[in-house]
Parts: sequence; C-alpha cells; structure tokens
Amino acid sequence: MARMSGRDALAVVHSARGPRDVVVTTMATSRDWMLMPQTPLDVIFVPSAMGHATSLGLGLALAQPDRRVIVCNGDGSMLMNLGSLVSISGARPANMTLIVFDNGVYEVTGAQPTPAPNAVDYAAIARGAGFAAVHAYQDLETWRAEAEQVLAASGPTFVWLRVNAASGIPGPRSPGPAGDRAQALQEALRG
Amino acid sequence: MFTGEEIAGVFDELGITHVVTVPDSTIGQWQGAIEQRGRTRLVRVCREGEAWEVAAGLHLGGARPLVLIQCTGLFESGDAIRNVLHDWKLPIFSIIGYRSYLNQDTLPGDTCLVFTEPVLDTWKVDYKLLTTHEQLGEIGAHYTACRGANKPGAILVAEGKA
Repeated sequence: MARMSGRDALAVVHSARGPRDVVVTTMATSRDWMLMPQTPLDVIFVPSAMGHATSLGLGLALAQPDRRVIVCNGDGSMLMNLGSLVSISGARPANMTLIVFDNGVYEVTGAQPTPAPNAVDYAAIARGAGFAAVHAYQDLETWRAEAEQVLAASGPTFVWLRVNAASGIPGPRSPGPAGDRAQALQEALRG
Repeated sequence: MFTGEEIAGVFDELGITHVVTVPDSTIGQWQGAIEQRGRTRLVRVCREGEAWEVAAGLHLGGARPLVLIQCTGLFESGDAIRNVLHDWKLPIFSIIGYRSYLNQDTLPGDTCLVFTEPVLDTWKVDYKLLTTHEQLGEIGAHYTACRGANKPGAILVAEGKA
C-alpha cells in the first residue's frame, strides 16, 4: 500500500485538534505546520535540541493536565531520543499523544536515510516501552476517519504514521526569537 | 553530605513541584524521602538531556521544576542545555552531584574534577559548590537569587566515592 503524504497527514492533526490543545512540532512537521493557520498554543520547536520534542511535550503535559498535548515528531527525531518513550510511559500523562511521522529519512538535511529505514516497527517499540494505546496508519482516509477519536482518548497514546519522504524541501526557519515565543506561550497557557 | 529528608524539606520550602532526575549513588538516595513527603513529584527520565527539556515543558506550563542529575549527566546534556537555557531562555535550576570531589578511592584521577566546573562556566550557568553539611541553607538562597534574577542556576553537591 502506498504511503500517505506527510503534509496531508499533518493537516488531519490540524483539523482534529481541539481549541485548547497544545501542539508541539519539530523539524519537518514544524515546516509544514507553519503553512497552516496558527494559534497561540502551537509550539514550533525550532530551534530545538535534537530529538527532544517528546521530552518538551512530556513536561507540558504534566504541567497542564487539563489540556491535550500533541507532539508531532519525525522518525529521525524519535530515534535520537527513544528512551523518552519509557520516560513518558512511566510518567503516564493521560493527556499526551505522540505522533511519529515515519518517512525513513532525515528530511530537513537532504533526505538521507535513517540507519534502518523501513525496518523499524515503531508500534512494537511503543508497546514494548509501555504505551497501552498504540495506533498505526498508512492510509490517509483511515487516519482522517479515526484521528479525532484517537486524539480524544485517554493516553498516553502513540500513533505511528507511515508517510512519504519528501526531498529538496528546505528545513523550517525559526518563526521568531525563541525567548519571546516562550513568554507568549506561557501567557497563552495561563488563559 | 545531605539526607533525603533535608533535601525534601528544602524542595518543600522552595515550592518545587517536580524534580526531573536520573540518579547516582548519592542523589539517588534522596528519592525515597522526596516521594514520602509527597509534595514534589519525581519525574524519572532515561537520560539527562531529556531532563532539561522535560523541565522546560513544566516551566512553560506553569510548574516549578528542578533538574537533579550527576555531573556525568551534565556532560551528556550539552545540546539540551544550549537549547533550553540559551535559545528559549528558560531559567531552569539544577542540582548536580559532583562525582569524586571528596574522595577518589573508586576512581583515582577522575576527570569529572577536570571538566565539571569549566563546563558549567562554558554554559554560563551560575553555580555554587557545596562541600560541607553546614552549607545546606545555600541551596535555597541560591535558588531564590537565581529565580529573582530570572536566570538559570545550579548547585554542585560534592560527592564521595563514585
């Protein structure tokens, strides 16, 4: 079965997220998220520490238990911080959803392959790390049909999306000074 | 040098909501007292770099976190420290165990003594080194000063055998 477009799969998240949900994006998902309408609860994690969007999302989820925190991660970023899956399952944030957009490459650096593209079963890794709610999608229409229900469920939830690799598209540009954006996010989260 | 009960009491007084941690043989002994007191949640992570970003998310979300790691984990944390403290300018406070400072019986010539303080200087972290039990009160004083200045800070706790 052909994989879905990463941008289309991300657009499903954009449509399905609730108005109080926090959405953390990084690398290619940040680049594509910035093409869509923004809210003060969007965390464009650029600049980032490599692979740490999951950890940032865990902290946000623990501090804001009444909000859903959705982390849109890449497979390359996930591989850089696989231990965070265990940290998340151990902390058990019921309001956290981690979505891995798996295209098998480091897209923003020129689409070089990850160490074992197409060989990694992220759903099995997530289950093995202790996630009880694990979903996998390769077909856009199925993902679109089930996304709202998946995001609304009690977590922590792991979603594995197998998407196409894009090449020749530059990585994300920071939308502004990170310190200023941190202050704006803090104000938005107090609301 | 400090008991878990003493450290848990300090966290309680400072209103620390979460301690994000990877243990070593000294600071790890504090976990039981922190959990028993019940006012500060322990968040156990797998690698020290994670701790800074988890603390960043907690801080952004309105909590009052603290990172508790060993100096070896400080060395591992470089990219996360750069990102959290300097890109995002978040005033995260940490307590860092200083391996072999008081005793090198287990690891003679431990290079932690060579690199720990220069690394903190490089990352522009305002730290205080505590070497005696009588300095317990300096934890709260330094935390309060750094919080007042809205800047990151650290306490280095001298440790004995590795």
